[in-house]
Amino acid sequence: MKLGFTPAEEAFRAECAAWLDAQMGGPFRDIRGIMSQTHLADRRMEWERTLGAARYSVIGWPSKFGGRDATLAEQVIFAEEYARSGAPGRVGHLGTELAGPTILHFGNDLQRERFLLPIARGEEFWCQGYSEPNAGSDLSNVRTRARLEHGPDGAEWVIEGQKIWTSLAQFADWCFVVCRTEEGTSGPAGISYLLVPMRQKGVTVKPIHQMTGDAEFNEVFFDGARTRAEYCVGKPGEGWKVAMGTLAFERGVSTLAQQMTFRNELDKVIEAAKSNGAARDPLIRQRIAEAWVGLRIMRYSALRMLSRATTGTLGPEALTYKLHWASWRKKLGELAMDVVGAPGELCHGADYELDDLPYLYLMSRSDTIYGGTNQIQRNIIAERALGLPKEPRGDR
Amino acid sequence: MQFSLTEDQLMIRDAAREFLSGRADIARLRKQMATPEAHDAELWQAVSGELGWTGLALPESVGGSGLGMVELALLLEETGRCLYGGPLLASVGFAGGMLLEAPASETRDALLARIASGEGVAALAVTDDTGRPGSVGVELVDGSAGPALRGHASFVLNGNIADHFVVVARDLRAARGGADGGAAVGLALVAVDRGAAGLTVQSLTAMDLTRRYARLTFDASAVTVLAEGAEGAAVVARGMQVAQVALAAEQLGAMQAVFELTTGYTQQRVQFGRKIGSFQAIKHRLADMMVVCEAARSAVYYAACVVDEHRAGTVGPGELAEAAALVKVHCSAGFHDVAGNAIQLHGGIGFTWEYDAHLYFKRARATLDLLGAPQHHRERIATLIGLDATEAT
Repeated sequence: MKLGFTPAEEAFRAECAAWLDAQMGGPFRDIRGIMSQTHLADRRMEWERTLGAARYSVIGWPSKFGGRDATLAEQVIFAEEYARSGAPGRVGHLGTELAGPTILHFGNDLQRERFLLPIARGEEFWCQGYSEPNAGSDLSNVRTRARLEHGPDGAEWVIEGQKIWTSLAQFADWCFVVCRTEEGTSGPAGISYLLVPMRQKGVTVKPIHQMTGDAEFNEVFFDGARTRAEYCVGKPGEGWKVAMGTLAFERGVSTLAQQMTFRNELDKVIEAAKSNGAARDPLIRQRIAEAWVGLRIMRYSALRMLSRATTGTLGPEALTYKLHWASWRKKLGELAMDVVGAPGELCHGADYELDDLPYLYLMSRSDTIYGGTNQIQRNIIAERALGLPKEPRGDR
Repeated sequence: MQFSLTEDQLMIRDAAREFLSGRADIARLRKQMATPEAHDAELWQAVSGELGWTGLALPESVGGSGLGMVELALLLEETGRCLYGGPLLASVGFAGGMLLEAPASETRDALLARIASGEGVAALAVTDDTGRPGSVGVELVDGSAGPALRGHASFVLNGNIADHFVVVARDLRAARGGADGGAAVGLALVAVDRGAAGLTVQSLTAMDLTRRYARLTFDASAVTVLAEGAEGAAVVARGMQVAQVALAAEQLGAMQAVFELTTGYTQQRVQFGRKIGSFQAIKHRLADMMVVCEAARSAVYYAACVVDEHRAGTVGPGELAEAAALVKVHCSAGFHDVAGNAIQLHGGIGFTWEYDAHLYFKRARATLDLLGAPQHHRERIATLIGLDATEAT
């Protein structure tokens, strides 16, 4: 075990820092530090393309797919410098962190050749077609179906159904869709993992107005939408394994970048407490210290998790990670609001425009829901890590 | 940067677990608990002599094996699992950890050598009867034949069986400005043997019966000064921080063990025709306990690394102070939380004397207070991260 970085790694840090600072202090000054996922989307897609051109978009990927074959230490360094520079949340993250790694690990050569470089270069954006109105926590209950049809352009999947809570679908070129391809199946069996183009007649995206005032989530309707037969990741009917694999990537290196965002948020809370005098309140001091402790520990849990991932095994800490961070951030949101007090409730302008910390407060209410609610996370920990009996279903 | 245990480290852990599971089960601990000094001399002889655990993490220059804090943390995690009450933590983790921060001297090195070989047991005395960190009840004064101690120290872990004491004192000697300094009076670190004239050692039985504390009273006891002046306070601060990391490692092992005990129980106990571990009310609480345990593990391994890097001079004192505070906060609050939940999930049996849950709960309480309670360290963190820096006027 060791904490430090080698001189070569420190040199890489300096190189990243210089480049990021030049971007955030120069051409991308307008998107520095923004919190909303949808604000200035065009500029942020341009930022993704700039990252791609400089090969900073997916540094852990193989170089032939636009990465740098970066080591874990280098990825840690880049994540730290990215956040320190104030660079905004990645609108391309569904491609770079979920679709890309899934295709890299579970896809075939044709899929890798077709999809990875455009993700790395910020040329194609992705969304995640998992949840449905009746398949939320109970994801394997998906009803969206696809059937193979032989048409003039060869065999194609034809997709019917609806997805919901689809983040950033309004900007996406592609969607990875979990759907049922075998009649008469239920549960995890008979599900396939299809890569479906979003910009076609059979796909309709309807934004969902969420409690923050933003519309980051969407409903996505597939009404005879089509994709090529070979854009099925893994074997048809065996997509559940792939879908679960994608969720494991959510616990990957992206957690480091996410933590850096959390750190910036905690810094904002600390600054606010210092400037309005809340930092003199002993209870607030205790809570800020506790938040700081939680965040630091999260960092070392992530490093444990990732160090082990390089040996190919996912340890028990990986299963606890989502529950830990989501609970932490919801508490941070409440602390932020207690620090800013009543002034934080005021909107600015006509557009339900809130300050950063009140926005964090509202946004953090979704953390314990998306990507598996805290309740589902606890079931997963209890059943998979602790080996407790599975919850019986009511319907089969 | 590499953040997983090496093969050698895993071997140390596994060997320790195997030894302790055969030789230090809780039935044996219960027998020792009932004796006046709660000391298992035979087991200690095995741990210090046959196995050499006392020297494992001390430098080769004093007869140790030269391994570091990560290795010591792994041993302490294992002794924590079985609530071992012997002085590995007190002598090596606390007193040894403090001594390694003091400048090298004949007295210091001789004392470290005695700790390493296990021939002597040392204990660390830092606080007065309040038990609060920074509340020092021992004064270093000019004695008839050199520096001498007066006053008292309490909550000296395993002090009842110690041969040597490493003591934190307020330095009131004339050469240091005497007693007029008020709050500015400096701290000194001194060493004194159990047989010193004027030293009385009183064994204290506490809620946690697995080991005893001592209360020491000094009446003009002659001592050797190990660190003084500006260096005195810095040595004491760093030594306390190292001790906190060692304590947290023990807490980690104990919380993991009581968590496993509880998980196992919920897989056996049947009510309403089902194992109680199949109810979400139980599962979800166990899941929350696991989050606390895993976070504690991350914190302990990280903090142990920081201690090693601090000793190697590759991280600054700020990083050590932060790591020590955070690990003490999380492991103290976390262990108490997990042990409390363990009693709850066991139901009535968890409240009985015969069942082991209360032993863990009491150890959690004892170690929560030892070396400063979580609220003390959170307040310390608040200062370290700059909450006092530029307040609005």
